[in-house]
Amino acid sequence: MGEAPHTITTLPTERPPGRPFDPPPELVEARRHGPISAYTFPGGKQGWLVTGFDLVRQVLADQRFSSRKELMLHPTVDYGDFVVPPAPPGEFLLMDEPRHGRYRRPLTARFTVRRMRLLTERIEQVTAEHLDAMAKAGPPADLVTAFAKPIPAVMICELLGVPYEERGSFQENVDKFMDGETNDEDLMAAYTSTQEYLAGLVAAKRANPTDDVLSELTESDLDDEELRGIALILLAAGIDTTANMLSLGTFALLRHPEQLAALRGDPALADRAVEELLRYLSVAKTFMRTALEDVEVGGQLIRAGSPVIASYHTANRDPDRFTDPHGLDLARQEGGHLAFGHGIHQCLGQQLARVEMRVAFPALLGRFPTLRLAVDPEEVDLRPETADIYGVKRLPVTWDA
Amino acid sequence: MRITVDTERCMGSGMCVLTAEEVFDQREDDGKVVVLRPEPPAGDRDAVREAVGLCPAGAITLSAGDRT
Ligand code: HEM
Ligand code: SF4
Repeated sequence: MGEAPHTITTLPTERPPGRPFDPPPELVEARRHGPISAYTFPGGKQGWLVTGFDLVRQVLADQRFSSRKELMLHPTVDYGDFVVPPAPPGEFLLMDEPRHGRYRRPLTARFTVRRMRLLTERIEQVTAEHLDAMAKAGPPADLVTAFAKPIPAVMICELLGVPYEERGSFQENVDKFMDGETNDEDLMAAYTSTQEYLAGLVAAKRANPTDDVLSELTESDLDDEELRGIALILLAAGIDTTANMLSLGTFALLRHPEQLAALRGDPALADRAVEELLRYLSVAKTFMRTALEDVEVGGQLIRAGSPVIASYHTANRDPDRFTDPHGLDLARQEGGHLAFGHGIHQCLGQQLARVEMRVAFPALLGRFPTLRLAVDPEEVDLRPETADIYGVKRLPVTWDA
Repeated sequence: MRITVDTERCMGSGMCVLTAEEVFDQREDDGKVVVLRPEPPAGDRDAVREAVGLCPAGAITLSAGDRT
């Protein structure tokens, strides 16, 4: 079947110098050769790297490609014979049907377009509070801690019912899971203390239900361990992703002054601008799947058991799908991107993230008309490619007080 | 144009609602798709086609309607 595929021997670990928003050049190069490349995993297993938009979409829509944790192979580290256990109850990101649906289904109605829009006013309020605090304390400010992190964190904590006072320590632990730089020992400690915290939270909601998603779920047939798992993935997925979109998105806007001016001049552009930033930045870069059967994809035969790396950020820069794919064009008319994935695992929180970004970006720009970087762009501290979610660690900004 | 949806397949992503608000909604109890206008007016048809393409579950299909 098909021609001999382009072959990748190592996965890149660096972005191109001076171009922090672009996928590593090796991935863009792989896409140039074709939408699917052969990749040998460390340890020798033959797998695949999919970089073309249509093929990534095809793989994600096909349930013969599994998301199960126990089937996954780490793309860059050889763990030898270490047997990966299945995802703990509730953590449905890394499950297939029917386990996945058991947890996702009861959540769907709580994250609809309509329900999330009802939060607009609250998001505006939370955003205004943080912008006020930032104005008072600065200039300068670190946009990550003053703006990008707290807004999504407050929202998801309120939705789930994590009391405000308990957010701090919880967030610190989530940061450790996500930064890609925490050592294994600290990672385990962060995981354990988060699990303990969530166990307490679930018990508290059972005893005294409040008006939130977690309390509502205590009325279903889900047990405590399952609820803890659901809470964990909602908090982890809801805190870090949107935060990185807000901070990296602001960095990108500040580096594209003409685009920034367009958005500032026309807040009605916000909806489109958010979709374009999602596409352009694709902070959730890469997800894994494993073939459950032999499947033909793009003329190549993917054998049952083969691991597949789906490169969302490269797919979102596919020249066959987007004109001038590496350009940031907030008025872009081509809809549809893979920043939230596709298929049954497509982001549960996407409508929440959209409303947050549609409110927060224009509010920030409106509040600080002279907002600019306080350091050279080269000095902005970026997350390593090993982090699951891409972003900036700190974004020093300043403005005319 | 006539719209049919498969609520078994629908996973409640809301992409259709986001794209063609006049035509689609989500059910209050389970977040699944509801078609408000099974035969959408001409002005909404492009958006409906876009929604079909965006649906992550392939749950929306189009056929020729009475007034096409
Ligand atoms: C801009 C911000 C966000 C981005 C870029 C993003 C991205 C993604 C992507 C790409 C996936 C699919 C993973 C895969 O294909 O395996 C996903 C899944 C998920 N996201 Fe998000 N996400 C964001 C915000 C949120 C928020 C705010 C929540 C909070 C509710 C959330 C909760 C989830 C959950 C629970 C899943 C797992 C869905 C499943 O496996 O069925 N995300 N997200
Ligand atoms: S886009 Fe598809 S999966 Fe999403 S709500 Fe509409 S019909 Fe359901």
